[in-house]
Amino acid sequence: MPSIAVHTHVFQRLCKATALAMGMPRLRQAYVPQPVVDRSAADLRAYIEGQDPISRRPFMQEVIDGLLSPLDEADAQGLTFERTTPRLVEPDTEDRLQRLFEENCWTDMLPIVLPTEARVEAMLRGTSHPRDKIVGRLRPTAFREYWEFDVEKVAVNAVMAGARPEYFPVILALASSGISARSSSTNSFATITVVNGPIRNEIAMHSGIGVMGPYNHANATIGRAYGLLSQNLQGGSVPDDTYMGSLGNWYAYTAVIPEAEERSPWQPLHVQKGFKPTESVASIFFGGWYTHAGYGPRATWQEKMRRSLAAVEQYSEPLFVMDPIVARGFVDLGFDTKDKLIAWCADNALMTAREYWDNQWIQYLMRPRAVAGVEPYASRLKAKPDEVITIFQPSEINIVVAGGETQGAWKMISGSLRATVSIDVWR
Amino acid sequence: MSQQITVHDPRGYPPKVVGKRLAPRLTTLDGKTVYLVDCLFDNTDVFMEQLRQWFAERLPAVNVRVIRPQKTWSDDEAMRAAIAADGDAAILGVGL
Amino acid sequence: MGMPRLRQAYTPHPVVDQSATHLRAYIDGSDAISGRPFMQEVLDGLTSPLEQEDLQGLSFERTTPRLVEPETEDNLQRIFVENRWTDMLPIILPTEARVEAMLEGTSHPPDKIVGRLRPTVFREFWEFDVEKVAVNAVMAGARPEYFPVILALAASGITARSSSTTSFATIPVINGPIRNEIAMNTGIGVMGPYSHANATIGRAYGLLSQNLQGGSVPNESYMGSQGNWYAYTAVIPEAEERSPWQPLHVQKGFKPTDSIASIFFGGWYTHAGYGPRATWKEKMRHALAAVEQYSPPLFVMDPIVARGFVDLGFDTKEKLIDWCAENALLTAREYWDNQSVQLLRPKAVAGIEPYASRLKAHPDEVIRIYEPSEITIVVAGGETQGAWKMISGALRATVSIDAWR
Repeated sequence: MPSIAVHTHVFQRLCKATALAMGMPRLRQAYVPQPVVDRSAADLRAYIEGQDPISRRPFMQEVIDGLLSPLDEADAQGLTFERTTPRLVEPDTEDRLQRLFEENCWTDMLPIVLPTEARVEAMLRGTSHPRDKIVGRLRPTAFREYWEFDVEKVAVNAVMAGARPEYFPVILALASSGISARSSSTNSFATITVVNGPIRNEIAMHSGIGVMGPYNHANATIGRAYGLLSQNLQGGSVPDDTYMGSLGNWYAYTAVIPEAEERSPWQPLHVQKGFKPTESVASIFFGGWYTHAGYGPRATWQEKMRRSLAAVEQYSEPLFVMDPIVARGFVDLGFDTKDKLIAWCADNALMTAREYWDNQWIQYLMRPRAVAGVEPYASRLKAKPDEVITIFQPSEINIVVAGGETQGAWKMISGSLRATVSIDVWR
Repeated sequence: MSQQITVHDPRGYPPKVVGKRLAPRLTTLDGKTVYLVDCLFDNTDVFMEQLRQWFAERLPAVNVRVIRPQKTWSDDEAMRAAIAADGDAAILGVGL
Repeated sequence: MGMPRLRQAYTPHPVVDQSATHLRAYIDGSDAISGRPFMQEVLDGLTSPLEQEDLQGLSFERTTPRLVEPETEDNLQRIFVENRWTDMLPIILPTEARVEAMLEGTSHPPDKIVGRLRPTVFREFWEFDVEKVAVNAVMAGARPEYFPVILALAASGITARSSSTTSFATIPVINGPIRNEIAMNTGIGVMGPYSHANATIGRAYGLLSQNLQGGSVPNESYMGSQGNWYAYTAVIPEAEERSPWQPLHVQKGFKPTDSIASIFFGGWYTHAGYGPRATWKEKMRHALAAVEQYSPPLFVMDPIVARGFVDLGFDTKEKLIDWCAENALLTAREYWDNQSVQLLRPKAVAGIEPYASRLKAHPDEVIRIYEPSEITIVVAGGETQGAWKMISGALRATVSIDAWR
């Protein structure tokens, strides 16, 4: 049946691109001004009675014409076309190629190592898998098409990032996860990868001083490779089209944490998830939206923790990154397992029901589930506005231990565990 | 630095795009059933209610119904079946 | 410091947050490095006679060569990484030709001294000239037209590679016409990998800091326990044209047509939210209460958020800042129970306000933790979402970019 879709005007370019990729470039669209979120009923009525900001014609005229105006030949056919990706780029000088890659939005805007055939061959020796084996599929978001890619394409991006062949199994594992490090969401998400198992020491990853800073080649280039391969293998991450994050996220350049398993008093993350200690595993967290920070545990640790938990964005559960000093401090307080501390956090992550529901993302994601009777959301919806409710389940919260023990520091980073992938299968 | 070199293209492989026809248009909305599909984004329910009221005031001969999927970002087959059963047109929104 | 024989004694780590009994045990125990009794080390250090070497100290020249020994490109990339001259990501090798091209981005001569930097206040200052800054700018991937911004950051005296155990980062905010001249991005993805100018300027600041201050080497000139992902690059050009408020530099007394860099030191926490919505006050109060209280907030607000606050009556940044200062509250007990706030204790004891009053407060008393002058707001973002970030950032320097054109 005839239909027309309404978006806010900032999505115009994205809508055209999505429609084209669906083979329906003439799909009817109408636009209202941004924002719709948080506008009153009277404001929204004014949008309806006003102008479409893209076409500049009356909005309702666009809507009704979209349903009534007869189709022409182009509308009726849709548009079919092949798209292929070449294997090599036209030869040029190094300086011009750096510029070309940047202008094509194939980089993160920092210098890359140009992916010559020789460098890609060397990278391919970092895995036993053949170059034309399909690694996986990625897409900027759930409503865009999946693009797929092989081992060689991942190698190209790994070279660009500056990675070494010995890091390649980790990078292949991340590429195979199906989770994009370049989400197109308006929410400016990033991905944070935690690496466990023997691979960390084999490739000299560093979980000590400056673990989250620019001090280790493996940490830095693996995280960067994940970003570059995401944007290039999923069909792009181009502002206004395949990237809509309003503020962006500085974690998108690189964000990898090898857990300091040898210096942690607790079980490593992968063992908690059922893997053997000798398995090498990457766990991918999707978030990076907030980072709360503190020292601890000190005398007032409970107040500090509660305040941090109350200040989170409630749709995005926390990944704790604790220096070993902090972990040992919590063990001294009786939290001899990560699970005990996680249970305490889940009990103490509280806000009023009113605040919980007054959040754009909670409205999108949780409200439909609550209405459909899914717990724990249904109970949160039934709660009176002033009632204090818990906002996370223990299963949503994670703790990893990393840091150089020069300070009892911890971070609480927004990160929901989306995938756990074997690195060993990609050796 | 001025020597030319050959490098790989870093992009993955897109799926083939298959053209799809747009559905034929109606000649009039009067007496027809138009579904307002609330895609569940924040404040969209308020927008769709305003749109419903606009139709009720200006084009009362159009039979307008608001409908919602069960969850965001998922294809709700039951909802689409309901629309297909007695709907003549659909307005979807608001993407934001 | 020329005193390699300076006497040192070592306790185990940590000292912070350990009980008096625990610390007494350290004193009664062994020196963590020498293995000998700790008090023996201390008393010997004060009483053992000096030797000839002790009396002299040690004097030596240290020079930095202008060029590196010639090598293949791949080997040079590897050498730069091993020497810790990079942030571990690929650089553009600073050939003489590229550095010459970068130098054309300024009218200043290559040998003019730009400034001095050091990893922290108790380390020595190193100094550097325009050419040395150009080398690091090339390495970062920056273009010559960005060079005045990079020189201004280098001239600020604030390092982007603090050696503190508290893993600080620096966040420069850029104002004025330079933003558009060099195509900085204030819209979608402003804090993301979507702008060449934003990315490489921030990166250049990091690289020049580590290389021109004498290094940023873990365990030596870098002690940050966890590090900071903001250290790769973190620059924000303010979206002046789309902001309902005065730009930051105008608030600080500059003309709108001045091009200015304001350097914020922090990057320790990032609180985030949407707004202003119905429950904006609760959300803001929660975020303000969850800060690290020694590090005031720099707000980065999408223009949608700024306009929303104007609609609520905050027609200037100052009005919203005042509200935040009134609503950033903790009990006195919590305020003082913080490793870095303890560093403010001497000021409180010396009677300096507002610290003195905060110290006199009863432990359960709720106190304000920031003065309005400590809080900053800038507007940036692509208006696809009403998002804001509250990032730890104390304004440490405001520098003219125009002076370096």
